[in-house]
Amino acid sequence: MSQADFTMEGHSTGLTAGPAFSIPTKKLAMWLFIIADTMTFAACLVAYGFLRNGSPSWPRPFHGITNVALMTFVLLTSSLTMLFGLRSARAGDKARAFRWTMITAALGIVFALLHIREWLELIGQGMTLFKNPWGTGLFGASFFSITGLHLTHVTCGVIALIAVGVRYKGGRYNADDIEVLGLYWHFVDLVWMFVVPLVYLLNLAH
Amino acid sequence: MTTAEDYKSNGIGKDLAIYVCLLVLAGLQFVIAYQNIDASQMFRRMLAVAFIQAGLAALFFMHLWAEKRGLLLFVAIFTISVLLGMQFGWTDSSRMVGGAPFSSTNK
Repeated sequence: MSQADFTMEGHSTGLTAGPAFSIPTKKLAMWLFIIADTMTFAACLVAYGFLRNGSPSWPRPFHGITNVALMTFVLLTSSLTMLFGLRSARAGDKARAFRWTMITAALGIVFALLHIREWLELIGQGMTLFKNPWGTGLFGASFFSITGLHLTHVTCGVIALIAVGVRYKGGRYNADDIEVLGLYWHFVDLVWMFVVPLVYLLNLAH
Repeated sequence: MTTAEDYKSNGIGKDLAIYVCLLVLAGLQFVIAYQNIDASQMFRRMLAVAFIQAGLAALFFMHLWAEKRGLLLFVAIFTISVLLGMQFGWTDSSRMVGGAPFSSTNK
């Protein structure tokens, strides 16, 4: 055996030794996506914090917490139903797993509708991307950017929940796929825990 | 993937307990929002609660706690180092807003 063959063999063994961190590739890919997406949201929130800190006339347009509290409750509950779906899938109960996945998707739709209703209210009060009646125009840009990015994630998650749920029911996907999707859904929930205090609660009109 | 045994040993009760904890912490953020304190103090308290919430969600809802320690360390170290890195940008921006850019100190 030549030195080149020996080296190639050693290299090949290293590459096929198993996935990193001993977790399946799909799950690792989702974790890497989550880490990358964390950076995106963190950059947006840090930039928002800088703008808020540097603007003397930052608006405080939110007069109540009912809507945002309801949205938080719906999203947190959807994380729980996602866990129930995964648990059912692991137990091999396909019908129940599908039902919980669809309930999670339905809660995601409710969250999106509440979000859109809130947007329409703010737009009705004269708030756009570049101006609003209360103060610096940067507020609209940062608010719609951050909540819009989050809403896009929720919408994509709902589509994925329905697609994966249907394919899981049809036997094309398995419990591992539900788990990988669950990671994404919990991440969307996790991001909301930072969006609520920074974007909503710090801008409450007292 | 997490094994079926893991799921059997960790019952629904734990999921519910974490869910209730997250709801309580979310409620705490709303209480902080109505406290009569200055904005920076409010920001710090809310951010602390948010980090606890995020930690609970990542460890138990996303099952990071049940994964190999290598993955847990990789996610934690990588995320924290980038978030800390962002603070350099933040402080630099604040310096510029405060009227003390680098140029004035490099004479």
